Amino acid sequence: MNSIVCLKQVPDTEAQIIATSDGSDVKLDAVKFIISPYDEYGIEEALLQKEKAGGGEVTLVSMGPARVVESIRTGLAMGADKAVHLDDEAFNGSDAQAAAKVLAAQLKGMEYDIIYCGRQAIDDDQSQVGPALAELLGLTHTSVVTKVEVADDKKSVKVNRQIVGGEEIMELPLPCVLTCQKGLNEPRYASLPGIMKAKKKPLQAVKAADIGVDAGTVGAAGSGTRVVKFTAPPTRTSAKIIEGESPEEKAANLAKALREEAKVI
Amino acid sequence: MGKGIFVVSVPSQGTIRKVAFEILSEARKIADAKAEPLCAVIIGKGVAGLADKFAPYGADKVYVVENDLLEDYTADGYTKALADLITKEEPSTVLAGATGTGKDLMPKVAARIGASMAADCTAIGVDGDAFTVTRYMYSGKMIADVSFQNAAVAIATVRPNVLIAAAPDASKTAEIVNVAAEVSADDIRVKVLEVVKGDAGKVDLTEAEIIVSGGRGMKDADGYSILEDLGKVLGATVGASRAAVDAGWRPVSDQVGQTGKVVSPNLYIACGISGAIQHYAGMGTSKVIVAINKDEEAPILSKCDYAVVDDLFKIVPPLTEAIKKLMAD
Repeated sequence: MNSIVCLKQVPDTEAQIIATSDGSDVKLDAVKFIISPYDEYGIEEALLQKEKAGGGEVTLVSMGPARVVESIRTGLAMGADKAVHLDDEAFNGSDAQAAAKVLAAQLKGMEYDIIYCGRQAIDDDQSQVGPALAELLGLTHTSVVTKVEVADDKKSVKVNRQIVGGEEIMELPLPCVLTCQKGLNEPRYASLPGIMKAKKKPLQAVKAADIGVDAGTVGAAGSGTRVVKFTAPPTRTSAKIIEGESPEEKAANLAKALREEAKVI
Repeated sequence: MGKGIFVVSVPSQGTIRKVAFEILSEARKIADAKAEPLCAVIIGKGVAGLADKFAPYGADKVYVVENDLLEDYTADGYTKALADLITKEEPSTVLAGATGTGKDLMPKVAARIGASMAADCTAIGVDGDAFTVTRYMYSGKMIADVSFQNAAVAIATVRPNVLIAAAPDASKTAEIVNVAAEVSADDIRVKVLEVVKGDAGKVDLTEAEIIVSGGRGMKDADGYSILEDLGKVLGATVGASRAAVDAGWRPVSDQVGQTGKVVSPNLYIACGISGAIQHYAGMGTSKVIVAINKDEEAPILSKCDYAVVDDLFKIVPPLTEAIKKLMAD
């Protein structure tokens, strides 16, 4: 089983995100970065499927600036075999569809059975790259996957995915793209020997020209959408404390406030 | 390009998701500003009977896109049907609900036709002639205004429960256009083997008008029975924090937060939830937030609209009774 895992480095879930004073960008210089949590499920699943099949390779592919190397090394320390770092100024400012173009250009020449993506990256929250990447590679896909069973002949995969009010079980031919949802597995931690080994695993840096990508078709120049302004969401500052002599009285006062003041029930 | 604003609807079990009406109502203003027709697009097998549901919300035209192979939703089949229609009719803008299906389908359609796309938008509008959207980034921690530049076709999915559906006007009518989608068995590479239904009557968290949610303070899985009781009285869906899901008290599909579902109900009642930044990221856009927590220091108590500082097990049962009484009046 050869798998590709698309990995995105994102700000830690704990991070406070602040806009620059003119609102044109966000300040990320003091932020701690992590592998987007849904991508970790992808790494884990690729490793589990490789172990089950008794062979194959897990390759990480990540686009972004130099700092991304740290997250790639974390993924290698978890057990991935090698990695590709798509690192070119031309990629900066890519929106989701442009990012999918860059990834597709890289993946075109590679061998794989399954490409795993997170169901979304927790910074842009677009959920676009997986389905778009599949389309650009001429593959089929499915999203929010919570269970993966590769057929014995390795020609198809049976997956469970979340749908409204339940679950759907689907069969896809290989190769295909799967986007991973929480519940798929429990990602392992990188072990100390794993961290040592990761330092020696192959990590290839790739520029736009290496994969035949014309700089004007990706990055900010090649993106059809652009964030023109960032603002902080409004915050609630003055909660009304519901008073009462007893829990029953508080409960009654809350019910009354929701009915008469907030008018939501 | 510029021959219409499309609002795409994929019916689920014979019903149209209400987000389609929310989008149509708002998109009516965009269609007027851009002087383009507003067109509903409904895709599936045997969906023609639903075609008259869209005119009351402002649709000028309804495309009914059908094929027997579209009985089950598959990204393969629906992408073919929708991409073909867009290529033929050349709309300027294509909108759909940011539902599970919308999130699965629209990025693939965008990639096929080379469109630009923004997902899970909370506002849509026009600036001059250009389509603009607003969406949350960093899981609710930042709001981004997004412009579409050099977009031959602009695609956006819209978060359910955020835009407001207009009062339907039954006197309005729309032109119905039947389209036989050219989908062949070869186009559909995937097979839907089985659909396992969960709790049948349960409204999905992302579409719920009221959510009653429980966290670590629920103590165990059984603790949720009082939230289920309150939920029944309110017609609410019960949600959970990550702590409760990780403890195994509730299924993953109930999780609200940065690594769960992002919800925007009219009323969110947080019981025994401390309100970590990751949880708040998933429910901060709720219209009214109530927090019930005995820990005075819980961050959520300062970031809500109504705070009850007390033991949730003492507050929730009488709250259920009090609301039952109010509702009966």
